[in-house]
Amino acid sequence: MPLDELDRRLIRATQGGLPLLPRPYEAVGAMLGIDGEQVRRRMQAMLDAGLIRRIGAVPNHYRLGFTANGMSVWDVADDLVDELGERIGQLSGVSHCYRRPRRLPVWRYNLFAMLHGRSREEVERQAEDIAAMLGPACAAHDILYSTAILKKTGLRLNES
Amino acid sequence: MLSPDDARLVAFLHGGFPLTDRPFADVAEQLGCPEDVVIERLQRLLSHGDLSRFGPLFQIERAGGRFVLAAMAVPEPRFDAVAELLNGISEVAHNYRRESAHPDQPNATPLNMWFVLAVESADLIAPTIAHIEAVTGLSVFDFPKDREFFVELKLPLLEGLGHAT
Repeated sequence: MPLDELDRRLIRATQGGLPLLPRPYEAVGAMLGIDGEQVRRRMQAMLDAGLIRRIGAVPNHYRLGFTANGMSVWDVADDLVDELGERIGQLSGVSHCYRRPRRLPVWRYNLFAMLHGRSREEVERQAEDIAAMLGPACAAHDILYSTAILKKTGLRLNES
Repeated sequence: MLSPDDARLVAFLHGGFPLTDRPFADVAEQLGCPEDVVIERLQRLLSHGDLSRFGPLFQIERAGGRFVLAAMAVPEPRFDAVAELLNGISEVAHNYRRESAHPDQPNATPLNMWFVLAVESADLIAPTIAHIEAVTGLSVFDFPKDREFFVELKLPLLEGLGHAT
């Protein structure tokens, strides 16, 4: 879905969040010089195209008690990684499951799955479940815990 | 931690906020409370940092953009200075310090700074990486998505609240 100038302005107006007003789409439209109905129609088109994944709230895991956040990484046989990645993505507590390239010799892992738990023990248990599922198809794994958030802003469309 | 009412609202909003003229009123009706209570509760959750965002979540890949995970091995004495350099680059959307669970394993990674580049156009990735390498003097390892298996996470926020979901 190629963006036109109005789409870009709409993204810029909402990428920081929706206004917390009774008519939020009307308020966004007022910034862009269009009415709320047009805003909603554009946003529906973006939802249909997958350009908007969803409209909703993003919980701050840390504040909600999910303080252990581990990026689990797995060295999985290339001929099995797609099939196993699909299965791992279905496990509870897993988000952001991707196949990514190895960077040998520094980095041997080709499957990444973010694990979220209330403690490192919980994350370790999730990793044990994954290790059991992968069995001999996995040669090695590691868990990289985030110990500090240095920046968290998301994409910002610039003025063009 | 969230109150049961807060948790219900957050869980409810996770799935999709309506594209209607008065969406907060429509959410309020389904939760059985007034519109202004929903708005006030959201304001409080955002200002307290229990929610990091409320609004549309864009998948910019669908419009030619890219999110690319990347990492560097940053020497400890330079860690804070490099983080500051990186955080000043607008294409760096997220940046985390990460440590390995298996630091003594022969294959344990020395990569301790993990960040996400978010750009409007795929052809901006290479120059952005080259810029980061130039200003930090460190190698950037990029890990583009070869395949996506799953993205969303639904946290079990309502666990133990005695509320059927």
